[in-house]
Amino acid sequence: MQDLAGVDVQKLRIARPVAYRQIFASILLFAVLAFIVHAFWIGAIEWHYVSDYLFSPPILKGVGGTIVMTICAMIVGILLGTIVAIMRMSSNAVLRSAATGYIWLFRGIPALLQLLLWFNLALIFPTISFFGFFPVNTVNVMTPFVAALLGLGIQQGAYTAEVVRGGILSVDRGQVEAAQSIGMTKLRAMLTIVLPQAMRVIVPPIGNETIGMVKLTSLASVIQYSEVLRTVGDVYYANSRVIELLIVAGIWYMVIVTVLSIGQSYIEKYFSRGWGRTPQTRKALSAGPADAVGAA
Amino acid sequence: MPPILQAIHVQKYFGAFHALNDVSLSVSRGEVVCVIGPSGSGKSTLLRCVSQLESIDGGVITIDGEIAGFHLRGESLSPLSDRQIAKQRQRVGMVFQRFNLFPHRSVLQNLLEGPVRVQKRPVEECRREALALLARVGLAEKADAYPNELSGGQQQRVAIARALAMHPQILLFDEPTSALDPELVGEVLSVMKELALSGMTMIVVTHEIAFCREVADRVVFMDAGAIIAAGTPDDMIVRPQNPRVANFISAVL
Repeated sequence: MQDLAGVDVQKLRIARPVAYRQIFASILLFAVLAFIVHAFWIGAIEWHYVSDYLFSPPILKGVGGTIVMTICAMIVGILLGTIVAIMRMSSNAVLRSAATGYIWLFRGIPALLQLLLWFNLALIFPTISFFGFFPVNTVNVMTPFVAALLGLGIQQGAYTAEVVRGGILSVDRGQVEAAQSIGMTKLRAMLTIVLPQAMRVIVPPIGNETIGMVKLTSLASVIQYSEVLRTVGDVYYANSRVIELLIVAGIWYMVIVTVLSIGQSYIEKYFSRGWGRTPQTRKALSAGPADAVGAA
Repeated sequence: MPPILQAIHVQKYFGAFHALNDVSLSVSRGEVVCVIGPSGSGKSTLLRCVSQLESIDGGVITIDGEIAGFHLRGESLSPLSDRQIAKQRQRVGMVFQRFNLFPHRSVLQNLLEGPVRVQKRPVEECRREALALLARVGLAEKADAYPNELSGGQQQRVAIARALAMHPQILLFDEPTSALDPELVGEVLSVMKELALSGMTMIVVTHEIAFCREVADRVVFMDAGAIIAAGTPDDMIVRPQNPRVANFISAVL
């Protein structure tokens, strides 16, 4: 036992130990990074190609194609996923098995294969019509954009359905009962009471899936949809600066994903209202310092 | 005038468990009925059947003379649609043990959800009425607060106001004070007492024996899914005749 006699306890200070291991680890990390940067620097990369092409019109058009496809496919996926999730939790056995079958089928087939199937639909159905009316040539309808949208959106719906179902399950059953007790039908209770609360749980994984979709759209290059990977490909087939243009594509993917991540944190804040916020923090957040003092 | 609520030979099973065994109960307008009894005796199940959160397996429940949940066709009862049941539920208010306020909506929005969205009444009228109801339960200044900023007692008073906003013909309370800290029970009970005095028809499942004695017109004792005894508070609580009721009362007092 140590003797505290003769020590002024109030003057004792807590020493901060030097984090030798962290210092060592960061030196090591910097060394590795420096080695990689150095390797790229001395490698046969003509960096001016990267800056030349980063903002060139064909590349920007490809970036636009990637963004548009990501947004459209996610909208299709979220709508389908929400509908299928509600169907899957219905008391109606037919709706339930239809939803289960959809998830089973479209989660099971690789996305690339689905894109190829939609794109080549004309091989089995040369024309499509609405019960014999308005016949059209499948080739004209099934453009790369439509084929990619269907392939990516429908398979995204199968994944999103499970995410939405998890969110719905996270909401307390008492909420449905309270909604029913004020005369809401099950569907209305689902849409106005349960889903808004489920969003708090649904948004983080959907954000994850959206970021996944940004990169998944690169598959659409296979069916001639003009997104960023395909447009850089078109350029490097002409000028052979393969690595330089792949770096351009990489930079753009990183930019899009970074912007989406920032957007996600704002959406999460919006849907977390009513949770974990005490009156004190709310006042401190919304009111000026004078009000906060007055409230205290 | 016909009774506002009639339960006639009601049966309810959860799997093999016989939750309600031939329960018959009639409640007239303005009457306050307190339901007491040990845990698992079917008190809450009875309320949940009246509010149609559970379907019944036998017998009939009528609200204001109308059969709840079914349409009578000759000798058989055919179930009503979800929409029709939702319409019937509007007449029956329910206050839950765990409040079940909507956490993503402010207090005022909680009160407006039913009248505006379901009953499609004019927003301004509902707003004025909701603020008056909040004043009545002593929470006028909390209209813009969110439920998680309120104490349990305040949340339960909002829940009562939310049920009243629907203009129910009968109000059901499912152990409204059981989830509350002891010092918050009084404020909820006094709101309920005020309601009872104002002529509201109420069925209250509770363990607050003192409240039953003071406020109830009739006390019903349930055990093992059946109504064992019923009578005035004097007969049931002050001088219980039935030995099982007497046992229960002496155990909880």
